[in-house]
Amino acid sequence: MAAAEDVTGSDVGRTRRSFSPRYPAWLTSPSFVYYAIFFLGPLAILVAFSLATQTGFNAITYGFDTSQFHLVTGSLYVKIFARTLVMAGVGSLLTMIVGYPIAYWMARYLTTYKMLALLLVLVPFWTSFLIRTYALKIILDSHGYLAKYLGINIMYTKYAVAVGLVYNYLPLFIIPVFASLERMDWSLVEAATDLGAKPFNAFREITLRLTLPGVVTGALLVFIPMSGEYIIPNILSGGNYEFVGNVIGDQFVSAQNQPFGSALSISLMIALSGFVAIYILFATKEERFGA
Amino acid sequence: MTSDAGGASVDIEFRSVTKRFGDLTAVNQVSFQVLQGEFLSLLGPSGCGKTTSLRMIAGFEQPDEGQILIGGVDSIGTPPYRRDVNTVFQQYALFPHMTILDNVAYGLKQKRVAKSERYARAREALELVRLTGREKHRPSMLSGGQQQRVALARALVNRPRVLLLDEPLGALDLKLRKEMQIELTRIQQQVGITFIYVTHDQGEALAMSDRIAVMSDGVVEQLDTPAEIYDRPRTAFVADFIGEMNFLEGDVTHAEDGEFDLDTRSGIVVRGRGEATKGRPARVGIRPARLHVVTGSVDGATNTAHAVVETKMYLGDEVQIVAELKGGTRFVIREQRAGTDDLHDAIRPGEPITIQWEPTAPVLLADAPAPNEGGNDD
Repeated sequence: MAAAEDVTGSDVGRTRRSFSPRYPAWLTSPSFVYYAIFFLGPLAILVAFSLATQTGFNAITYGFDTSQFHLVTGSLYVKIFARTLVMAGVGSLLTMIVGYPIAYWMARYLTTYKMLALLLVLVPFWTSFLIRTYALKIILDSHGYLAKYLGINIMYTKYAVAVGLVYNYLPLFIIPVFASLERMDWSLVEAATDLGAKPFNAFREITLRLTLPGVVTGALLVFIPMSGEYIIPNILSGGNYEFVGNVIGDQFVSAQNQPFGSALSISLMIALSGFVAIYILFATKEERFGA
Repeated sequence: MTSDAGGASVDIEFRSVTKRFGDLTAVNQVSFQVLQGEFLSLLGPSGCGKTTSLRMIAGFEQPDEGQILIGGVDSIGTPPYRRDVNTVFQQYALFPHMTILDNVAYGLKQKRVAKSERYARAREALELVRLTGREKHRPSMLSGGQQQRVALARALVNRPRVLLLDEPLGALDLKLRKEMQIELTRIQQQVGITFIYVTHDQGEALAMSDRIAVMSDGVVEQLDTPAEIYDRPRTAFVADFIGEMNFLEGDVTHAEDGEFDLDTRSGIVVRGRGEATKGRPARVGIRPARLHVVTGSVDGATNTAHAVVETKMYLGDEVQIVAELKGGTRFVIREQRAGTDDLHDAIRPGEPITIQWEPTAPVLLADAPAPNEGGNDD
């Protein structure tokens, strides 16, 4: 490419700029158009909805009415928000506890079957989320084997919701953690052990510390969709343990109250943006190590 | 503490150590001792078992058979973190998320040394390796040579009984490598800690070591001082691996009073010193620097060979001539240039020359190492 430029460029106007291909900006325009229509569009509608006034069943007047947001801060909804975020937090934590050892084992000890194991982790993603959650319901059912033989009867409780969250989002956590463990230089762990670190200390101070960016990425990757979860609490809690997502769904589907549903959605987005901001702060700090 | 081997105490002892990886025997019945305060090199080509031996001392690998004694105590089953040895890794293995000072202080932190003391000692160690002013930096901001010094300080700060070095200079360029060789020797003399140094670079081993264990195929071929290894290699492998060597084979026709005559099938008579057995086939090696090119009439047929020049190369102070003997054997001759330039200028490829050597030049070689050789050899 550089050679081609030399041939076409005239001697007189030759620039001494170092060669770096200029990316023609117009190439991105189709993506931008798509993004504007199908991503920013719905978001704008949501904002417009949230500021509109409900004038009757399924009838609204657009305006700048912030009363819906005041409703969101009511104690009932704050409680649902808190419950959602706590459950998503607990779900993320459990996902880490279940997922990290799997990723660790795959990255460190598998050789021939590493890619196969990775494929197996991803296989559940090939089936619909909804179907899998129904399948999980059969296992957790109060007449199912788990209840019958192990006495674990957690159907329609928050525990069932937690199990559902972990099961459905596990691959999303394992992949980034696996990737960071794959980059891990295991001689560092040997060095730590050589310098007198007991295995657990070496793991905590070296392995876990160096794969922390992957863990944080994975945690965020599962925490955000968990916070917006709708299907899992719906099916596995039987309405006993609703998330914000369920309330939002109810507002749109049964109550036909788009302004309030939209205000709830935007409030959730704002809450989650806070977590993303913390992540970005963490990520930029992490980059300085060059680890 | 054991104290054989002439009074000096033994830091590390291998007793018939064998290590297998599947079908491969990486280390085969190896026995040797490393004395306190010694700089010992494990030298050999890749796959000879030198790194495996080192990793067994560190505790990263466990031998399948035999014993490894550290300070007279059998170390089998002792995990790396309870061994009084420290390693300088090939790629340094510095912790990228810690500062230089924290890297160096890591071992002391594991031993629960108080913060102020461990930082003071870490600074001392950095002074020892002559790397100061970089305490707050991260390893990635340092050059290869500086990282090397940090790795050294991080291991030495713990004052281990033995320091294990796994090809630590392999990643450095030639000039820096030479510099670090001198540094390592200085540091070793200063701290008086036993160094076990793994390398495939014979020049490095010769330059730094008190003794060298030459390994091949999981066996120690010879364990001796650098001078002994170079001047009196016992096997063809050692002779060939340490520096360059020209080989001649033949039958011993005369052996008396520590002298022998060897007749090659191509008519060369080699007279040398050593205990040979008359009538037996034998092999000798002659270093390129011990060969001379002579002109004019040659008296006597002993230690003389006629050859045809293949190539001639000037190597700065030296000139190297490769010549083919009758029968196809190739000889490398290396001569100092001083005062002999006229002679060397006259040598041209394709022309015949006469090569001569002193009776002290040929080294009588054993065909193959006897098993267990190299152990307890004093």
